[in-house]
Amino acid sequence: MSQGRHTIAVLVDNEPGVLARVIGLFSGRGYNIDSLTVAEVEAEKTLSRITVVTRGTPMIVEQIKAQLDRLVPVHRVSDLTLEGPHVERELALIKVASTGEKRVEALRIADIFRARVVDSTTGSFVFEVTGTSEKLNAFINLMAPLGLVDVSRTGVVAISRGAKPI
Amino acid sequence: MNAQRMSGSEMVIKALVDQGVDVVFGYPGGAVLPIYDALFKQDKLRHILVRHEQGAMHAAEGYARSTGKVGVVLVTSGPGATNCVTGLVDALMDSVPVVCLTGQVPTHLIGNDAFQEADTVGITRPCTKHNYLVKDVDDLARAIHEAFHVARSGRPGPVVVDLPKNVVVAEGTYRAPATVRHKSYHPQVKGDLGRIEQAIELIAGAKRPLFYAGGGVVNAGHAASQLLTTLVRLTGYPVTLTLMGLGAYPASDRQFLGMLGMHGTLEANLAMHDCDVMVCIGARFDDRVTGRLDAFSPGSKKIHIDIDPSSINKNVRVDVPIVGDAGYVLEDMIKLWKARQHRPDAEAIEAWWATIEGWRKRDCLRYRTSDDVIKPQYALQRLFERIKGRDDVYISTEVGQHQMWAAQFIKFERPNHWMTSGGLGTMGYGLPAAMGAQVAHPGALCIDVAGEASVLMNIQEMSTIAQYRLPVKVFILNNRYMGMVRQWQEFFFGGRYSESYMDSLPDFVKLAESFGAVGLRASKPAEVDGLIDAMLAADKAVIADVVVDPTENCYPMIPAGAAHNEMTLGPDEGVASPPSEEGMILV
Repeated sequence: MSQGRHTIAVLVDNEPGVLARVIGLFSGRGYNIDSLTVAEVEAEKTLSRITVVTRGTPMIVEQIKAQLDRLVPVHRVSDLTLEGPHVERELALIKVASTGEKRVEALRIADIFRARVVDSTTGSFVFEVTGTSEKLNAFINLMAPLGLVDVSRTGVVAISRGAKPI
Repeated sequence: MNAQRMSGSEMVIKALVDQGVDVVFGYPGGAVLPIYDALFKQDKLRHILVRHEQGAMHAAEGYARSTGKVGVVLVTSGPGATNCVTGLVDALMDSVPVVCLTGQVPTHLIGNDAFQEADTVGITRPCTKHNYLVKDVDDLARAIHEAFHVARSGRPGPVVVDLPKNVVVAEGTYRAPATVRHKSYHPQVKGDLGRIEQAIELIAGAKRPLFYAGGGVVNAGHAASQLLTTLVRLTGYPVTLTLMGLGAYPASDRQFLGMLGMHGTLEANLAMHDCDVMVCIGARFDDRVTGRLDAFSPGSKKIHIDIDPSSINKNVRVDVPIVGDAGYVLEDMIKLWKARQHRPDAEAIEAWWATIEGWRKRDCLRYRTSDDVIKPQYALQRLFERIKGRDDVYISTEVGQHQMWAAQFIKFERPNHWMTSGGLGTMGYGLPAAMGAQVAHPGALCIDVAGEASVLMNIQEMSTIAQYRLPVKVFILNNRYMGMVRQWQEFFFGGRYSESYMDSLPDFVKLAESFGAVGLRASKPAEVDGLIDAMLAADKAVIADVVVDPTENCYPMIPAGAAHNEMTLGPDEGVASPPSEEGMILV
């Protein structure tokens, strides 16, 4: 069976331990996590949104969603991959240390990728780049021979297209 | 009077009373001393002092399963809480509603490795349906009321409420249960009517149908068991029950095929394999039930009714999934069946019954009788002869061969009279569970059908039984081995009985007497009836040591990793063939 990639959005009560419940569910039942992000999205209702990218056969992905929905503090589980078009974005901060021609080349490629320089010394840059995971991968690969020293990525956040909320 | 000022400890007591609790099983300790002090000053809650916190958990499970109410446990922090872990997982696996209140070190010490500190919510997170750490006394009443709601509704389960000492000492405002509404937890109880219609059409058109029901029907209350019985009788179709479901349909009825699964009856398992429409109600296609998945009931359309959406399509793909409470769905099914005036295909059903009767004639529970040595099956048959027809008998078991024999030879006519550890398979469950059932039903006959190995795992509860003068009967089928381990070693490990024999067992008669109970022993078949009579006549606790054949094996058997139609019937019909490599891993 094919291991499809699914982006799942989970709306949860922002209470202590809720992230541990979600992560524990994945590790305890042997499900994959490609990436996971979490932040509060509605302060007055104390709701947080978790975006998790996972992989599995259709039966496993169905299980993952049912198991997530069963957690008491979970309000809603939405499989963005199945529920129609959606937008996915990831942000990365990338540190490149080089001089001379390599430094110029790094800056040139950053411009093509619309990466912003958010920190600079005479021997290094920190780039901020936003986009799909594939775009970030491509940028990081191009930086590898140009003095790449450090990468920090947020993981995927996603939202459905159109007017309807989760 | 929705808002009252009181201490956290008083709030705990008031919340329990407002939730209808009458008994708490517990063990005091430093972190819960304020709660025990509040307990001392009131007379609405009865406290049963156990000898080990695991005993409290299983006692609460026995109480819950024999009453349909929520069982309540109160223990201290650290070791008090960690000793509850096995019981919590047991309750989670078997969907038993239990609320476990644990003490905790004061909030300012949490994370400091304080004396008797453990990360209770961290440890119990995967062991519970939900858990709470109460950090503010004004949140305490809400947390307890929510805990009861979560424990008893939907698919029932255990809930832990962790109570730091400074929170129960502080004063705050009490909130009544009615004021608490959960933000996100709202289980679906009514089934989708379109799906139910689809199911009824399938059932009506079936030629080889089978109802397969489980613990979910028992958990849905007495009415659900009656509705199941009504629907099964309306259709005239056969029905089988899981280990957890025994009692959900009267065992004496002709339409009942007995328990299914690894040690289930031949007729139940072959009917599962050969049926064309399977109606699963409140059961979860456990590996002990399905056998090898790729050979599981290959020709059937499957209907699955379950309150837990994650149980559906977990192990077996089904054709008509219905999420809902078994009682509500069965009610709708019966209405629809009657409204449509369905008549099953009489000819096909008659042929199906003829096939089933052919399997039934093989008498798969048959065993070689003996005049010299007590066969465990014989002891249970004699016990059942003496208790059948009584509706005040509650049977619990430990885990192993004796558990399977009890499930085969003791017939249950109604739900909530059978308590066994099905999912987790916890040795040491039966004695405290029988104790909990006896606390709930003081005048009833509560019997723990035990093995000598399992019963030693919580034997300390005999002391609790003595303290509260609980007339629990412990019926030990003593074969000096961990019988099921020995059986597997005989079949699949070349008869190398690695560490499954017990030397130096206690003298159970003297052990009983040391706890102020009656000790009895039978070593010959002729002594069994006398022992059972003496046990039933005693007005106090009894340990009956029935010395049985140490080499007896439990049949019929589907070896792990085999299919339903690859069943081994007994020593006279060939031993179990060695399982496949995959089966050996499944064990």
